Amino acid sequence: MTAPTDLLLATEQAPDALAPVAASGVFVLIAVMILVPLVSSALLVLGDGPRFDLADKRGHLLGTAASLASFVIGVVLFVTLLGRDAGDRSIEQNLFAWIHVGGFQVDMTFLYDPLSALFVLLITGVGTLIHVYSIGYMEHDPRRRRFFGFLNLFIAAMLTLVLAGDYLVLFLGWEGVGLASYLLIGFWQHKQSAAVAAKKAFVVNRVGDVGLALAIMLMFAQLGTTSFVGVAEGIEQVSSGTATALGLLLLLGACGKSAQVPLQSWLLDAMEGPTPVSALIHAATMVTAGVYLVVRSNFIYEGTEAARTAVVVVGLVTLIAGAWIGCAKDDIKKALAGSTMSQIGYMMLAAGLGPAGYAYAIFHLITHGFFKANMFLGAGSVMHGMDDEVDMRRYGGLARLMPLTFGTFAMGYLAIIGFPGFSGFFSKDRIIEAAFAENVFVGIAAALGAGVTAFYMTRLMIMTFLSSRRWKENAHPHESPAVMTAPLVVLAVASVLGGFLVLGGWISDWLTPVTGYETHELAVPAWVFSVGITVLVAIGVAVAWATYGRRDVPSTAPEKVSFVTRAGRRDLYGDAVNEAVLMRPGDQATRGLAVFDRIGVDGAVRAVTGGIGATSSLLRRAQTGFVRSYSLTIFGGALIVLVAVLAVNLA
Amino acid sequence: MRGSDVPWLTILGLAPIVGGVVLALLPRGRALLAKQVALGFSGLTLVLVLVVAAQFDLDGSGYQLTEQVDWIAAFGVHYALGMNGLGLTLVVMTAILTPVVILASWEDGDGGRWSSASFFAWMLVLEGLALGAFMATDVFLFYVLFEATLIPLYFLIGGYGGLGRQSAALKFLVYNLLGGLVMLAAVVGLYVVSSRAGSPSYLLSDLMDLEMGTWTERLLFIGFMVAFAIKAPLWPLHTWLPGAAKAATPGSSVLMVSVLDKIGTFGMLRFCLGLFPEASQWASPVVITLAVISIIYGALLAIGEDDIRRLIAYTSVSHFGFIILGIFAFTTQSTTGAALYMFNHGLSTAALFLVTGFLIARRGSASIADYGGVQKVAPVLAGILLLAGLSSLSLPGLSPFVSEFLVLAGTFTRSTVAAVFATLGIVLAALYILLMYQRTMTGPLREDNRHVTDLRGREIASLAPMVVLIIGLGLYPQPLLNVIQPTVDATLQHVGVTDPAPVSTEAEEGSR
Repeated sequence: MTAPTDLLLATEQAPDALAPVAASGVFVLIAVMILVPLVSSALLVLGDGPRFDLADKRGHLLGTAASLASFVIGVVLFVTLLGRDAGDRSIEQNLFAWIHVGGFQVDMTFLYDPLSALFVLLITGVGTLIHVYSIGYMEHDPRRRRFFGFLNLFIAAMLTLVLAGDYLVLFLGWEGVGLASYLLIGFWQHKQSAAVAAKKAFVVNRVGDVGLALAIMLMFAQLGTTSFVGVAEGIEQVSSGTATALGLLLLLGACGKSAQVPLQSWLLDAMEGPTPVSALIHAATMVTAGVYLVVRSNFIYEGTEAARTAVVVVGLVTLIAGAWIGCAKDDIKKALAGSTMSQIGYMMLAAGLGPAGYAYAIFHLITHGFFKANMFLGAGSVMHGMDDEVDMRRYGGLARLMPLTFGTFAMGYLAIIGFPGFSGFFSKDRIIEAAFAENVFVGIAAALGAGVTAFYMTRLMIMTFLSSRRWKENAHPHESPAVMTAPLVVLAVASVLGGFLVLGGWISDWLTPVTGYETHELAVPAWVFSVGITVLVAIGVAVAWATYGRRDVPSTAPEKVSFVTRAGRRDLYGDAVNEAVLMRPGDQATRGLAVFDRIGVDGAVRAVTGGIGATSSLLRRAQTGFVRSYSLTIFGGALIVLVAVLAVNLA
Repeated sequence: MRGSDVPWLTILGLAPIVGGVVLALLPRGRALLAKQVALGFSGLTLVLVLVVAAQFDLDGSGYQLTEQVDWIAAFGVHYALGMNGLGLTLVVMTAILTPVVILASWEDGDGGRWSSASFFAWMLVLEGLALGAFMATDVFLFYVLFEATLIPLYFLIGGYGGLGRQSAALKFLVYNLLGGLVMLAAVVGLYVVSSRAGSPSYLLSDLMDLEMGTWTERLLFIGFMVAFAIKAPLWPLHTWLPGAAKAATPGSSVLMVSVLDKIGTFGMLRFCLGLFPEASQWASPVVITLAVISIIYGALLAIGEDDIRRLIAYTSVSHFGFIILGIFAFTTQSTTGAALYMFNHGLSTAALFLVTGFLIARRGSASIADYGGVQKVAPVLAGILLLAGLSSLSLPGLSPFVSEFLVLAGTFTRSTVAAVFATLGIVLAALYILLMYQRTMTGPLREDNRHVTDLRGREIASLAPMVVLIIGLGLYPQPLLNVIQPTVDATLQHVGVTDPAPVSTEAEEGSR
């Protein structure tokens, strides 16, 4: 089978990822990174009941320490990896044979390479900060210990996902984070809405999981292996149709986890969870797992133009849809959630561009992890001070009362809109440039998205921190305790400085052994793009200022609004479509089937059993001791035999 | 074949039956003693199983620890027992579940039609007969044991269940008797074929080499398959199960669905494939279709079901669909996965039936609509229900995932269409489990649920073995797979199929 030329090129560029060396020395700690939060999680969740007062008082410290321990190991491993030659930065740790059946050979194996190393730092670093923040945020919750147990479970599962060396092990982590997400969205289970949102997130993700599961099966059927190394080696030999199928199935999985259209509907509802959860899982880490999956599977997408195009389209559509929703929401967390969708759309778009975009997808993923976690935690801090109010129309003028929250939030704001010098400026520009190099229309759409981002984020800033005070009567805004603001400060610094990862082309050099790298040809110098995008951003800010800054913001949402706003408020009718296309027909189907089962299937069989039942009651009455009753018994026996014979012949 | 001086398998099978007899002979009114004796005998059986397992040679092929005595020489019937990997797996499962069920059902026999001593006696007898069925290497002996299991279960449902137990027990009995009669005809047919070929014999080893005409084989296959498909149960022969599960006590439901129904899928693997390999291949497209229908159909009905016990029964219809799909896809992965699925489904369904049983006993209702917010007053119960539910929806990391994925991955290499449809079942599984959990456990605590108490020590102890095994075997299933796979390899070789090779065999060699 002949391989396309670009595939050959790519494999030449990334030969080292295919030959990982066995873990030795400090790298034996790879599994320990996962194990520590896992054990801590088990202790925190199982230590239930009245006898565990101590655990209730100190549990959050154990949970935070576990996450911190993983972070420290992550840093040590990262530094060690930095010290190695670019060609030696892929380390495999094979723990044990997980499932070996005939040709199906899956080991519990972990792969630590430049890509997973970055993710480890992001997950454990941001994760630890959010653990610290939660100590304050969840202080008055009677189930705080369990909350930390679930957070630890999430850290362990997410590390499994990004460290897996085999698609099935990745699937283990993939579903593990899904479970953690389910448990944490529904953490306040007594709220009906939270329980429903948790279930919805899990079920919608399962639709995506069908794609991932089928992709793994297809790999096994075609290649006889599901390990990254094995698939990367064998992929050249499959047909392009198979590669496309694999790419699309993986994309379906990615859509579920990363809330990309058409599986986006769960993310907005997921904001029912405690805000630290929204920051960690539904902004910084888990929802980016789909991007990780696509980038990790670069060897599959190399061989399929069609699947790459699909990734670009999904990213682009979600980018626009998320921004649209972000513009219309008055709930601060939902506005941020729409923004998350949109930003992940950027990453997905970049990942669809192939080696020209992989590094920038990951770059934006990391900077977004910083500034979005920062802003979600900031939103949490605002809610904390505002008696859990989420409606931005009841905020206003909080900048002076919550100076630290405002200051740190502002850093995140400047980062996300791409203010020159802030991290988002670098990471988003690179993606838009790469998009222009691929296709002018994709580039234009991505650039317009940046303008819209500036609009909705400015709107959010104005409504929350500036403008007039529209508080409810019993609101007493106050700054949050230091345990909450300290993580905000750290993340704000990271939001500002994160862009330096790209200086000297560090991030693309670092990832080249895994993803390969291609520079793109631009028709005009790069600074033209930067200026152009910055102008668009400025326009977005100006429009928002004109709309919300110069006029009073009404404290209730206006009713008479355009279709555009109405659609945005209703999540672009995603739920309405789901209900009309899936839920209502599904409901009718299950109800219809139940009737069919009772009347159709069972009825047919009951006709037979009923006859026999009648016979047996006849027989019971016939137990009289008279000879004639025994003749009846014989008749009954004959009847059963007759039915039996009939059944044989009919079968 | 490897014999043994001590008839371990006979001892193993008789231990619980002796226990049942002892219980029957106990003086009336000693209910607590009866329970302790029952638990003791089931524990003894578990120890014996472990002794047998320790002697089992993983590398040995065929049946081990065999025993063989002539029974009815004229018909070639023997009392013959033997253990292979598949049998051992199900024997271990049965031996683990019986003490669990007895401990969990501690008070369930008290309000029955007869004494609680006889409740536990029937349970032990059922265990002994089921163990015998898993160990029998003579087709006639198997048939006798297969049919005999109906008797204890009939009394367990009819004597100790809830509302509508009489009619449910009758329906169960008639359904299964009908299947048994069809099978009897096939068993008699086997005798005819066997005696025509020379001297009659019901020994599995003799029958497996028997030459049959194409249509003789097919008809005999159908005879066995119908009985097993009723037992398993396979769509559209499943309708007896929900009613029986609804009426039975939780413990009886576990013995019925986790143990007894497994004789059906076990029989397909050992007898249908073993005795009628060509007919099995011939029928596989139809069986695979029915299995996929079972998966989807059972799941859809579970989603719409309001009665918790019927819901679990429908989930089992779906799971049995996976097992049967795996068996008849004839690949090393799918068939090994199916055998492992039998074990794992036993665990997860037992956990589900028992924990919801505790819940239903507290609230006095099995209707989901009567619940809401229970996790607030019973967090441990809610946690175990969620774990059992997650295992039922095959969450990776829990043991049923391993078996389900093996079934799907193996089936995919044989029939992509069947695998794709079956995979849709994982979405439906998430729905039926999480809907049930949401409606019963979450939301505001309803006033009429306020008195529901959390699990007590005995109840947690009865559930703990399942929880430990479900998690442990999810992360490290290889020991069980090593036990099962030699049997599956031998069976598939006997059927005469080989695994479809990957498209790029070079890649396979290169990767490992």
